[in-house]
Parts: sequence; structure tokens; C-alpha cells
Amino acid sequence: MNAVDIQGVSQRYGSMTALRQLDLHLEPGEVLGLFGHNGAGKTTTMKLILGLLTPSEGQVRVLGQAPNDPAVRRQLGYLPENVMFYPQLTGRETLHHFARIKGAALQQADELLGQVGLAHAADRRVKTYSKGMRQRLGLAQALLGAPQLLLLDEPTVGLDPIATQDLYILIDRLRQQGTSVILCSHVLPGVEAHINRAAILAGGQLEAIGTLTSLRAEAGLPSRIRASGLQQREQLLQHLNVNGNQTRLLGTDGIEVTGSSRGKMELLRQVLSQDQPNDIEIFQPSLEDLYRYYTERAGNAHAAEDKA
Amino acid sequence: MNQIWNIARKELSDGLRNRWLVAISLLFAAMAVGIAWLGAAASGQLGFTSIPATVASLASLATFLMPLIALLLAYDAIVGEDEGGTLMLLMTYPIGRGQILLGKFVGHGLILALAVLIGFGCAALAIGLLVDGIELNLLVWAFGRFMLSSTLLGWAFLALAYLLSSLVSEKSSAAGLALGVWFLFVLVFDLVLLALLVFSEGKFNPELLPWLLLLNPTDIYRLINLSGFDGASAMGVLSLGDDLPVQGLLLWLCLLAWAGLALALAYAAFRRRAA
Repeated sequence: MNAVDIQGVSQRYGSMTALRQLDLHLEPGEVLGLFGHNGAGKTTTMKLILGLLTPSEGQVRVLGQAPNDPAVRRQLGYLPENVMFYPQLTGRETLHHFARIKGAALQQADELLGQVGLAHAADRRVKTYSKGMRQRLGLAQALLGAPQLLLLDEPTVGLDPIATQDLYILIDRLRQQGTSVILCSHVLPGVEAHINRAAILAGGQLEAIGTLTSLRAEAGLPSRIRASGLQQREQLLQHLNVNGNQTRLLGTDGIEVTGSSRGKMELLRQVLSQDQPNDIEIFQPSLEDLYRYYTERAGNAHAAEDKA
Repeated sequence: MNQIWNIARKELSDGLRNRWLVAISLLFAAMAVGIAWLGAAASGQLGFTSIPATVASLASLATFLMPLIALLLAYDAIVGEDEGGTLMLLMTYPIGRGQILLGKFVGHGLILALAVLIGFGCAALAIGLLVDGIELNLLVWAFGRFMLSSTLLGWAFLALAYLLSSLVSEKSSAAGLALGVWFLFVLVFDLVLLALLVFSEGKFNPELLPWLLLLNPTDIYRLINLSGFDGASAMGVLSLGDDLPVQGLLLWLCLLAWAGLALALAYAAFRRRAA
């Protein structure tokens, strides 16, 4: 049973189309990164999965059931993008309140506060919390009742680098326990290693979805290989140039070759067989590069459509 | 049922924590004691006069205060949670909108009921203990009726507060509307009715006019509290109530219907609100 099944879903507000023919599936224990500009349809997708919206077209199933089913909601954790909580309650009271409504054990509150690093502030009122602390309280709230499916909307906003790292470690652990996670984010660096697949939305349409490897192959963005400590770099350069690669000299004894991601291994073999470099660096297209590529492509397509 | 109580207990503990309950109770107690002993000062007397006079004065003051307190307590119940982001969060929990609304109503309603019980109850106790030769039966009956109807009046305005809180998108608009609702029912309504009486010069169907009083919960409340005392004659617009065929228990039901109807409307508005 998939954690999330979205089939042919369109969402319209009046004459505006927020989502167009979206198909999205999430397997148990999978972490999906959902990326896109503001207005790309991320929030709408989240709200559909949360059962806060009914799709204008198509079908949404969460954990095999309708998303607004109370049984589903007990299995689901959600961290909203910006939640103030109740300023007059303490962190612990806030968690107790939400635990009661979710039907989770109250003892979980203290465990979770410890897990997100708020144990020292458990008895302080939420109005004294910083943005990062509220964010962590929100995360603890989302983890109440050990959910099967976790939706995190901009979870790293307001978190310092160490807290961000802790969050990613927590996500890795949850994934190992079989929790499915959807992570909506603007912050791309650092998240790559912690997601199974990335989905890129633009203008209400799913532009790309897949593992980073498959996205790289699909986009055909170039990889760069830098080799240094070469003995006969001129010769190597010539050889690579003949084969139609883009090359340039680097420092006193290094070169940089730019080639397609697909031909990366072949290039490496050539470099290693022709010379004895003492160091090699490989720069693959990052998530940011892929994101830029796909959103720009979508933008160009829209511009062409408008012209036609 | 459990979910309703989960919401209600939070509202109740909020009311205890921010000292609303204490403040309202003290206000009610001070008001009741003050009126009981100083209410006749205008006629040159000091000290306790009579139970009917005391309850009548208390009721006319509570007509102003009770709606105001109820509106203040609950005007941000929905829109406030929305602004804080907790409403959307609650919607993703296994709880329905009806349960949220009823939970708030139970919580706020209990705060009001407790404040009435503590505030006016203490005053009644003081009168019973301190005034010689008081008719205890009359005291209990009159104050009991006054306290129960005051609570009902408060509940009706709580429900009205939820209605306007569900309709607006900003807390400040809710506050403004709440003030408007208070003005309408407490001041403007009776003036309009009075104007209607005067300018129609009897041409307006005299059978219909008294029924108009039922359109205002505060007028129903006053009718309940002013009737039933021999000799305590109603003044102003309320004298219309003498011609009203609806009496006694029916008036109570009308007040209860007001609370129920407003709550149903609030639920309808809340359901239509986008999450």
C-alpha cells in the first residue's frame, strides 16, 4: 500500500489553476523532496494530501484511504510552514493539548521535547520562544503518535546549521523505521543526501520526478572532472579535445574536462589510462543545478505558449 | 465527545490562567453588592431595600455587561486560531469542525457560568447573611432565576461571537463587529422600536409590535427578570411585553433558542470557511 497516491489531480480556484494533472506516488519508508517556487503548487499539493482541499478533478488516497478519514489523520504528522501556537501555553502543555486530540500518549511529549532539543524550555511559555524553537516545537508536534506519513513544510526555516543537521539525521532515522516523509523546501543544499526522490513543480505542473541519478541522466547536464598532478597534461588535453570534450587548463599541472554525466566514467578511464594524476575531483550537477534547469525549462515553455 | 472536552478544557484553563474568570467573578460580586446596598441612594436611602428592586437593577446592568463580556471572551475564537496558524493545524488532526466549535462553546460557556455562580452567588450569600428578616425563599428564587437567565444570555452572545469570528478574516474586524453587535442589540434595537412606536402613531399593527421584542435576546432577558415581581412594572419599550402572549417558560425557551440558533449559524459559517 502506497503512503500517498495522487492520480490525475487538478485543482482550480475560480479561473486560476493551481495544479494541473498531477500524478504522484509515495512508497512506505520513502523520503520525497518537493521543490518549487512560491505559487508552483507545493502548498496546494500538501493541502490535498492533508485533506484540507478536495481536488477539482482526480483522486487522492493517503495510506489507502480518503485523506480526511480520522483514522488517516491519526497516522499523519504535519509541520506547517509558520505556526505561532498558543503563546500563553508552555511547550509541554502545547504538546499535551495536541497529543490529547490526536489520541497519543501524553508521556510522548517529554520524549519528543528531548528529541528536538527543547527539554530545557519545556516549561517556558511559547511566547518566549525564538522562531527556531517554535519550529522545533512544531516538529515535535508533528511526531506525536508516531505517524506513518510525515509532511514537513519548510522544516529548516529558522534552524541553525547544527539543528538542520539534527533534523536530517532524524529524517534518516524515521525513514529506516518505515515512515514516509514529504519534505517541502526552498533550501536545497544539504538536503540531497537525505531524500530518495525529488519532485520539481513549476506553474502547477510536475516538471520532473525521480532519483537524483535519473534526473541527472534525464536533464543531461554536464559533469566536470578536475585532475591535478599530471605529468603530460598537454598530451592528455589534446587527446580529450579530439574526442570533442570541453577542456581547460587548471593551475600548473591540472586540467578540467566538462562532459555529459553519462560519459563521466569513460572520461575518467581515459584520464587514468593516459596519465597518473595524484588527485581527481568530480563535480556532478547538484540539486540546485537540476532545479534551475527544470524551472527555467518550464518558464521557457510557458513563454513560448504565451507567444503562440 | 472526548474531543469536545479536549478543546473545552484548554479554553477553561486559558480562562483561569489569564484571570478572566477571577476578574469577571469579582466584577459581578462588586456589582451585585454595590447595587444591593447603594442602589437606593438616589431616593435618599442607604442600605438594602428589597429583593425585587435589587434584582431589577442588577438585571438592567447585566443587560449591558453580560453581552459585552461574552463577546470579548469569544470574538477571536476562530479568527484568532486562524491567524496563529493553529486552526489549520487542528484541521489536520482527527477532530471535526463541529467538535472544535462545540468545545469552545462548552469551555467559554463554563467560564461564564462559573463567574455568574461565584460572583452573584457570593452576593446573594452576603445578602442572606447580613440582612435581617430577609425572605430566604424569595432570595433564592429571584437570584437563581437571575443567575440562570444571565448565563443563558451570555451563551447566546458567545454563539453570536463565534458567528462573526467565523465570518471575518482578521482579528481586528472581529473586534469591530463584536462592538457593532453589542451596540445593535443593547442600544440601537430598543431605540428603533421606540421610534417605530412613536412615528407609526398606532398605525403599525399593535398585535405584531410586542413580538418584535423576541428578536432581541437582551429584551427577552429583561422580560424574564422584570416579570414575575408584583408591582415591579416595566418601563419604556419593555411595557410592550405586557401585551406579549409569550410568558414564563416560553420566554426561557426563546432565550435558549437564540443561543441554539446563533450556534447553528456559527457552525454553518465555520464550515464554509476555507482551511
